[in-house]
Amino acid sequence: MPAAALTSDAVEIAPGVHWVGALDPHLRSFDIILKTANGTSYNAYVVRGESGVAVIDTVKESYAGDFFRRLESVARYDEITTIVLNHLEPDHSGALPELLRRAPQARVYLSSRAQMMLKALLKPSGEKPPQYIPVTTGDEVDLGGRTLRFLHTPYLHWPDTQCTYLVEDGLLFSGDVFGCHFCDARLFNDAVGDFRFSFEYYYAHIMRPFREHVLDAVALIEPLELRTIAPAHGPILRHQPRDYLHRYRELATPRLHNEARSEKTLLVFYISAYGNTRHMAEALAAGAEAIGGVRVSLYDLEGGEAGVFTDLIEEADGLAFGSPTINADAVKPVWDVLSSLTTVNVKGKLGAAFGSYGWSGEAVRLIEDRLRGLKLRVPVEGLRIKLVPAADELAQCRALGEQLARHLTGRIEPREIDLAALA
Amino acid sequence: MPKAKVTFEDIGVSVTVPAGTRLIEVSEKVGAGITYGCREGECCTCLTKIVSGAEHLAQPSMLEDQVLKDNMAPRGHRLACQAQILGGDIVVRPA
Repeated sequence: MPAAALTSDAVEIAPGVHWVGALDPHLRSFDIILKTANGTSYNAYVVRGESGVAVIDTVKESYAGDFFRRLESVARYDEITTIVLNHLEPDHSGALPELLRRAPQARVYLSSRAQMMLKALLKPSGEKPPQYIPVTTGDEVDLGGRTLRFLHTPYLHWPDTQCTYLVEDGLLFSGDVFGCHFCDARLFNDAVGDFRFSFEYYYAHIMRPFREHVLDAVALIEPLELRTIAPAHGPILRHQPRDYLHRYRELATPRLHNEARSEKTLLVFYISAYGNTRHMAEALAAGAEAIGGVRVSLYDLEGGEAGVFTDLIEEADGLAFGSPTINADAVKPVWDVLSSLTTVNVKGKLGAAFGSYGWSGEAVRLIEDRLRGLKLRVPVEGLRIKLVPAADELAQCRALGEQLARHLTGRIEPREIDLAALA
Repeated sequence: MPKAKVTFEDIGVSVTVPAGTRLIEVSEKVGAGITYGCREGECCTCLTKIVSGAEHLAQPSMLEDQVLKDNMAPRGHRLACQAQILGGDIVVRPA
């Protein structure tokens, strides 16, 4: 199979639609958090209609030369009427300031939430923002015999993200959705090497935290006739594009079946040097269990690995973490879990902390701060117990568990408090 | 100092607060479900539905108005990090 993108010319992907992106084969880590074993591509596209030419996204700034060379092979700058920004992250908007200088007449179409990002992006150039039009699902741009229709798909993976559908060609410019970091000059999914791992890896690290939004977007895209999906990274999906849509639906659907689905779930994680924090965890779990309506699970962090717990945490409604205080801090296995949660959505889950301590007992407050930082709600103050929990202190642990269960099941007694008492 | 009462519907907690407090400060302390991001009125993470008592909050600034508009926030919503409590009874819940 000839490598379509080995020249500096644009590559036609449908009649009058060209790929004008750039290849970055030697990149080995993307945005710090992703490994890219064979690099990536920055895909941008040009659509020619009878009365207008549209550019869909741009490339990373350092690859602007490749982008402009390919663009110039299929369009003049004064022909460009429309610039569509599906996502404002710098790997797709890096060449935008220069494109705006070269095609100042073009109108920019972007999502409502992208507007502030556009201003921030153009800040260093000191240029006045161009004429831009915020769009949402159903809005259209007529290029003359060709229609670009926008789909509002926020949080895939930024608040600003949208997709653009070329109606007459059944071609979806999907931005980062359905993308992956896989650099191959053969460009098309039926011609490139095996990129299945890259597709799944990209989903797991970029889209997984937003799976509710993924399902919304899939529902929006499913009714469309899909002949090609043209993402902003990786292969262009012209062979059985709908398979990739189905795969997204599978990946965004909870992977573990919860037999007790009607119940709320509370995971109690603990680690214990002398058994004191473990006793607290057991009492807390028993208290939560006693309330009913909550499926409670106890996990000793010493017997597992952080990554393995992530799937469980993704499905849970509440999380309680127990840690002793050692050298004025919670212990590393706790932090290992709490620093592994950026790949799943934990926002709004119930959180709590507890722990036995010898001298100063900082761990509980530190864990609570981290839980709040992860956007969990922490409505019940954590429990710190000096060294060995006595019977009345274990009763406090049970009471904490009961309170957490009541919060999870919406059976809390209304309370009135004074802010000053919380200071 | 004038006081106000803010009720967080999602956790069933009513808090007496001094006038001038911002909603997010109270939400954080009581562990309500209103979470925050930038705390500077830009990211819209702390979007909050004002169930009642919106008149007891200071008027939104131009920045807050713009962010609410950009994010297509429905009527009766405010940014908890910006909304300052003036007095009276206010009932809120996460958007």
